Amino acid sequence: MEKFTRLEGIAAPLDRANVDTDAIIPKQFLKSIHRSGFGPNLFDAWRYLDHGEPGMDHRQRLQNPDFILNRPRYQGAKILLARENFGCGSSREHAPWALRDYGFLAIIAPSFADIFYNNCFKNGMLPIVLDAATVDRLFHEADACEGYTLTVDLARQTVVTPGGESIPFAVDAFRKDCLLNGLDVIGLTLRHVDEIKAYEARRRREEPWLFA
Amino acid sequence: MIAQTLYDKLWQRHVVRQEEDGATLLYIDRHLVHEVTSPQAFEGLRLAGRKPWRTDTVLAVADHNVPTTGLPMEHPDVQPSAAAAKIYQRWFRCIEDPVSRLQVETLDRNCAEFGITEFRMGDPRQGIVHVIGPEQGATLPGMTVVCGDSHTSTHGALAALAFGIGTSEVEHVLATQCLVSKKSKTLLVKIDGAAGIGVTAKDMALALIGHIGTAGGTGAAIEFAGAAVRALSVEGRMPLCSMAIEAGARAGMVAVDDTALAYLQGRHLAPKGAQWEQAAAYWRTLVSDDGAHFDRVVTLDAAAIKPQVTWGTSPEMVVAVDGAVPDPAQEGDPVKREAMERALIYMGLQPLTPISQISLDKIFIGSCTNSRIEDLRAAAQVARGRKVAATIKQALVVPGSGLVKSQAEQEGLDRIFIDAGFEWRDPGCSMCLAMNADRLAPGERCASTSNRNFEGRQGPGGRTHLVSPAMAAAAAVAGRFMDVRTLS
Repeated sequence: MEKFTRLEGIAAPLDRANVDTDAIIPKQFLKSIHRSGFGPNLFDAWRYLDHGEPGMDHRQRLQNPDFILNRPRYQGAKILLARENFGCGSSREHAPWALRDYGFLAIIAPSFADIFYNNCFKNGMLPIVLDAATVDRLFHEADACEGYTLTVDLARQTVVTPGGESIPFAVDAFRKDCLLNGLDVIGLTLRHVDEIKAYEARRRREEPWLFA
Repeated sequence: MIAQTLYDKLWQRHVVRQEEDGATLLYIDRHLVHEVTSPQAFEGLRLAGRKPWRTDTVLAVADHNVPTTGLPMEHPDVQPSAAAAKIYQRWFRCIEDPVSRLQVETLDRNCAEFGITEFRMGDPRQGIVHVIGPEQGATLPGMTVVCGDSHTSTHGALAALAFGIGTSEVEHVLATQCLVSKKSKTLLVKIDGAAGIGVTAKDMALALIGHIGTAGGTGAAIEFAGAAVRALSVEGRMPLCSMAIEAGARAGMVAVDDTALAYLQGRHLAPKGAQWEQAAAYWRTLVSDDGAHFDRVVTLDAAAIKPQVTWGTSPEMVVAVDGAVPDPAQEGDPVKREAMERALIYMGLQPLTPISQISLDKIFIGSCTNSRIEDLRAAAQVARGRKVAATIKQALVVPGSGLVKSQAEQEGLDRIFIDAGFEWRDPGCSMCLAMNADRLAPGERCASTSNRNFEGRQGPGGRTHLVSPAMAAAAAVAGRFMDVRTLS
């Protein structure tokens, strides 16, 4: 997994609550058997005026000029500002894959859906929970000043605004370690092979029907 | 001993090791796999030179991409042979979209390569992953059950700790039989009293989500309890647990009782003989102890719940069938108001329109939430001797599995549906998420027994109203929403 340490980038405000993973990456793009290539279809139904299908050349498609990510000032944005319950719905990991492929490596919201939140960490991405009032303020600031850039420092667990304000955030210690060092979580678990086997032996005695 | 919740017991039983910060290596007993969220996980195994830890815990099925119509009459033999392979090819070639076909083919190849049991197309046991798990007895009380699919929560109806995972975790479970996880909070949803006639588990689930919101269960595992839940069959408990994810919870569950044991006994993969007795004795302990602490308790009165209909683009946008589309002007919270306004535009609805005046184009009876035999019986009871309204362009009934389909046919339900003007289809996820050819056209309005009314879920521009199977059948007959309780 790619490391995540420090990130400086334009913050794009997506002002909708309950953004679901069907909206992040619609079902027709889930048919891919690869992990990459989802970026052009991120938010497909909102981003384009025509209907998208796999295999279309996105450069030939009609962009929706009203969609926030299509505004010139947000091109190259690396941080997504979002509202509550971002990533709800389907467990599809294609959602973080699409966000990452597009260029978003951090998402700031008042709350995330559990599975989506979890999936981000597996892909070198950092979802950051800040209180609703703070997120609201960042929305206003991002809207007010063009080129609004935030700096995310994972080691220090801070989001720093252009004004120099440092906003602390919480993150689970294990996940932080995995991101900072780009650790292979499967490899870490496999260090405990003996414990897993001992556990299995116990369950086999207690619940033999699970080991037919 | 400290009084424990059902969730506490299930969690504790599966802890392999726990770090000081609470990060836990949790053992997984059953891993269900489908074609959409697994290809990259198998590819990851191959790239790292890893093998599945315990293939006997894995059961795979193609369900999202499979067609539900135009399939061969002849089923391939379950035992491999040249003749079976030839018949299978005829089934497989019915997938018209080459990208869908490649995904199903990839699952077939991965299962063959890694030695995983798969119910392939044409296998009479094939169906929606969350229907076949319980049906086969692959889901048992006391198990941890995972699948790369959010509606895995469905399996909690049998007192399993069941939750959806992403593809990286699918790979993690394949490689290690474990997941790294942290304990959730607990939410007790107590539904007291008795539900009225025509009011189903789906209505209870939607009423709950309307009450606590789609983020109401975030970070929590829900246990459903109370007299109204106890009175449900296991097939009734599944829609409740299925919809737990729509309330934001990763897991939903119901304690073991006689109803659960009776459902399980004799199932293909359930223990038999002396082992059944031993298992049943253990399973009976899978209940929350008296006085167990829950982080939050929500109580609903079943008698006060009416049939529910969603009006918007989130499952929390829901009202009773005798209600009306709400007016955003009455909403004080600006973020919510904007979401309501956007939903009304997308749904093509005006504020204050009575639900009973909303006309429909299509009807979908199916999905992992509502495609089991009891769901089909409930819908057939409404459809019996009636006709689908002439204004309905298409009314689909998609059984959850091949076994549900044949059971329904034995009971003559297929005839009832066909005579009424419904299409009787083959099993699959179908129009719940429209990854196969079954979908809404832009602007079409559908009464659907599925679980999500998100924008574009059933097809780009499609408009979804979530309802129970009986309410969907009533809407088919009336051409608009009607209160199924008023049908004689």
